[in-house]
Amino acid sequence: MKINRLSKSGDWPSGDGANQSIVITSRVRLARNLARLPFPGWAKKAERVQTLDLIRPAVEALPAMKDATSIGLQDLTALEKQVLVERHMISREHAAKGVGSAVVINKKQTLAIMINEEDHLRMQSIRPGLQLKNVFKMIDSVDSELEATLDFAYSRDLGYLTACPTNVGTGMRASAMLHLPGLVLSEQINRVVQGVNKIGLAVRGLYGEGTEAMGNLFQISNQTTLGQKEEEIIGNLTKVIEKIIEHEENARAVLMEKRANTLLDQIGRAYGTLTFAYSMTSKEALNLLSVMRLGIDLGFFEPDYRHPIDELFMETQPAHLQKSSQQKLSADERDNLRAAIIRAKLKDFPKPDLSHRSSGSEPKSEG
Amino acid sequence: MLCDSCKTHQASVFLTQIVDGKMQKLNLCETCSKKNGVTDPTGFALADLLLGLGAPQNIEVTTTTEIAEGQCPTCGFTQADFKKTGRLGCSDCYETFADQLQPLLSGMHKGTRHVGKIPVRQFREVELTNRLMDLRTTLQKSVLDEDYELAAKLRDAIRQIELLPANQPLS
Repeated sequence: MKINRLSKSGDWPSGDGANQSIVITSRVRLARNLARLPFPGWAKKAERVQTLDLIRPAVEALPAMKDATSIGLQDLTALEKQVLVERHMISREHAAKGVGSAVVINKKQTLAIMINEEDHLRMQSIRPGLQLKNVFKMIDSVDSELEATLDFAYSRDLGYLTACPTNVGTGMRASAMLHLPGLVLSEQINRVVQGVNKIGLAVRGLYGEGTEAMGNLFQISNQTTLGQKEEEIIGNLTKVIEKIIEHEENARAVLMEKRANTLLDQIGRAYGTLTFAYSMTSKEALNLLSVMRLGIDLGFFEPDYRHPIDELFMETQPAHLQKSSQQKLSADERDNLRAAIIRAKLKDFPKPDLSHRSSGSEPKSEG
Repeated sequence: MLCDSCKTHQASVFLTQIVDGKMQKLNLCETCSKKNGVTDPTGFALADLLLGLGAPQNIEVTTTTEIAEGQCPTCGFTQADFKKTGRLGCSDCYETFADQLQPLLSGMHKGTRHVGKIPVRQFREVELTNRLMDLRTTLQKSVLDEDYELAAKLRDAIRQIELLPANQPLS
């Protein structure tokens, strides 16, 4: 398998980045096209291959792409494509592509460049925690290096020209993946989503446009790309995310103060089910793991247990699971295997216990 | 508007097809559109929305005339293709379909002009154009003010920039 060169864990975070308990990842993608050549969706196969041959060497030559994995989409199996989708390295749309499309991913899986997706180039940088500004800087420097060798379609009035007019201008979509169990449990999430929509930002589920919000995970991103500077868009988005973090923290504090028993019940049930279940769908796993993550944030478990839970988020996704088993599994078999993997990982997990609470500022609660 | 097929539900999918140079329209509700094999009703609805063709009466007037002439000289993309896909054919389409895109862009974005990053390659060009625009504005003003001496200087400056070969460094 070609993608075996990529390390096992996907984009699920480890390392630096602020507010990691609530902001899972920060991501910025830029859409670029070569001037006057047909966009991938309109180009004939031969034209797409030509464009790819033009772009791919330039991308592979980037210093940031040293030791990168560069793969033509026709050389990936359906399963491998799905693994990359689950890691947010390629889009679902790109996974449907074959000859004439490629993806180049750096070794740390923090930088991925899709060639001939909807646009000739879709380049994204992704990092754990809230650090949109850094992430933008990284992808911006990659863009500047590429423009030295590639003739990007650009107009003075409209900026970077993209296949879809919704991306024209900066061609930039900045987004953060937020874990918001407090707002969901306290039933404030709809109000927050509506508020965010009202100021022109988009809220989506785990895998982007049109996907359901599972595991209390929400993607927040800018909607518009024309008429604002990149830094302005990033700045506004960061401000809004910081507000949401504040709301989430407040919601958690209130839950701890007023509904500690409900919280304990939820966390205890998640712990019990994950520890003892023998069959579990990916949706159930995500939702329960989300509650465990909340339990760690609130001090029901030692902070050391965060990492194994975060790993499970990725390992229990359908394609990752399938890939780890090395054979084709039916849905039932997947659910059984998923439960087994989770059981194994939680084997030595202690029971939820409020004594691990570290922060003294929040109200204490009787367990 | 009611669905042409079941005549009971509100139509939400508006299809326009050109068959033998004649246009056919079909308004369907969601259920009937699925039944008729229109698998992606949002795609169609979006394309309509994108073109600003909310009122179906307008389709008749606009599409028939513009399809005939509006074709991108670079990539052969037509307005009908845009209506179908919601995507453009190549970067030159933005110029070819500028008139149709203008209202659409102002509806979907915060502004109508790019104010963000400028590629280094284009930077000089953009600088020059901006300087030309400034000079022309000042020239107009100087003419109105009857300051002909200044106007003559400005005119020479503009002419000089206009005569610059594209690759000559800007002094």
